[in-house]
Amino acid sequence: MNLLEILSYGFIQRALLAGTLISLLCSVLGVFLVLRRLSLIGDGLAHITFGSTAIALALKLYSAMSLIVSMPIVLLASLGILKLTEKGRLSGDAAIGIVSSLGISAGIILASVGGGYNVDLLSYLFGNILSISVEELYIAIGLFCVVMFLLLLFFNDLLAVTFSEELARVSGIRTNLINAVLVMLTALSVVLAMKLVGIMLISSLLILPAASALQIARGFKACVALAALQGGVSVVAGIFVSFASNLPTSATVVVINLLMLGCSFIYRRLVQTA
Amino acid sequence: MQPEIVTTEGLACCYREGRVLEDISIRVLRGDYVGIVGPNGSGKSTLVKSLLGLVDISAGRAALFGAPLADFRDWQRVGYLPQSLHLVNPIFPATVHETVGLGLLSQKSFPKRLNRADRSKIDQTLEELNISDLKQKLIGELSGGQLQRVLLARAIVNDPELLILDEPTAALDPETRGLFYSLIGEINRRRGVTVLLVTHDSGAIGQHASKMLYLDKKVLFYGSFEQFCHSPEMSSLFGEHSQHLMCHRH
Repeated sequence: MNLLEILSYGFIQRALLAGTLISLLCSVLGVFLVLRRLSLIGDGLAHITFGSTAIALALKLYSAMSLIVSMPIVLLASLGILKLTEKGRLSGDAAIGIVSSLGISAGIILASVGGGYNVDLLSYLFGNILSISVEELYIAIGLFCVVMFLLLLFFNDLLAVTFSEELARVSGIRTNLINAVLVMLTALSVVLAMKLVGIMLISSLLILPAASALQIARGFKACVALAALQGGVSVVAGIFVSFASNLPTSATVVVINLLMLGCSFIYRRLVQTA
Repeated sequence: MQPEIVTTEGLACCYREGRVLEDISIRVLRGDYVGIVGPNGSGKSTLVKSLLGLVDISAGRAALFGAPLADFRDWQRVGYLPQSLHLVNPIFPATVHETVGLGLLSQKSFPKRLNRADRSKIDQTLEELNISDLKQKLIGELSGGQLQRVLLARAIVNDPELLILDEPTAALDPETRGLFYSLIGEINRRRGVTVLLVTHDSGAIGQHASKMLYLDKKVLFYGSFEQFCHSPEMSSLFGEHSQHLMCHRH
């Protein structure tokens, strides 16, 4: 099967478009999250998404509707993590752990009450971008536009708060607002990424492109651009490779990201010794 | 009479362990270069952080440029340089140029964007501090002294009227420390910037500051360097010999 033939399938076209948009969001946000030492927030929010998906499935709401049900719940959970960190005398990782256990336990109980795990719920655990529907694609495009617009609008504020929250406050930046914007944008991206890589692998989409870019980038904007490039390339390559080799797409995308991270380590070592 | 830049009246701050500052009443006038000294745990950093709104005030009041701190919004008039080692994440990928540019955000309204004039202002500030050659370096690649100059550039790039420095020389060797104090003195004289500088180094700061604030949870001394040099309270605190060493520029 040649490339053009693969591209002629509607589900491949949808997967490529949605996957690229989702990976761009995750990789750009990942740079801020990794530098803020909030890398695992993706895992926490993904576990909440698992719980909210279980609610949607229990209500017999599938596909695009389950995304719509998940969004407000995950947004609230993201703000909950922030509040726990600010007011609960807890570090970020402990707050993420608490919200994460809430999500996963709620999901397990709901799945059990609803008659056990079904195929739909398990598909959210490991993702299946090739099954993305037209409605889900529209949601992905809409959310991509909203999140990217907000990211561009708040870019310098996010950069300042990521560099130093203390200095940002003295520059008159409302750091609480900016932190809320960051976790809410992450929450929206995580809900979308669930379809691409699944709950189990969402963190890799947030962390790996950022980690690679941090090895080689010279400048913050360059770092964001490189992370986005890796995110996009890994998803496109992952979809083709997995389709051609009959492998699971989510894991293939993650393995490609890991290979790119390995290459960036080697590149950095070579530059340092040169 | 110069206008008051910083005013505190009966200011007190508490942490969970108890009161760290009490009854602090000072007036800092335009153009002052105030060295804030005192032993460990005397509340020096807490005082400057309370003036920046980073630490809550539990009693008394503080004002910047005549405005009560709670209502103060003109943050572009203030530059702040914290202890750099505590601040900078060594893997942060920003270049020196990008880092200094962050100092201009305080004068920008939403959405905050830097333009061509801002970029030339950054270049001009780097030149003024003799660090133009570092422009494209990553901040994680800088030595302690270079990093300190970059963070100083970030603090002064928006032409602040008040510059607050919290132990800026803690990680520097004595020679670089002396050069740094001279640089701050030059900014104070040439730009007319009011300076509050926290340090452990009472001797070195005495060579440059116009006023000394000696704290030990409360104000033990606040006045001109000349008064500090002839103060019997300071003589009894330091011993006459040490006080003489501190004041030897006179």
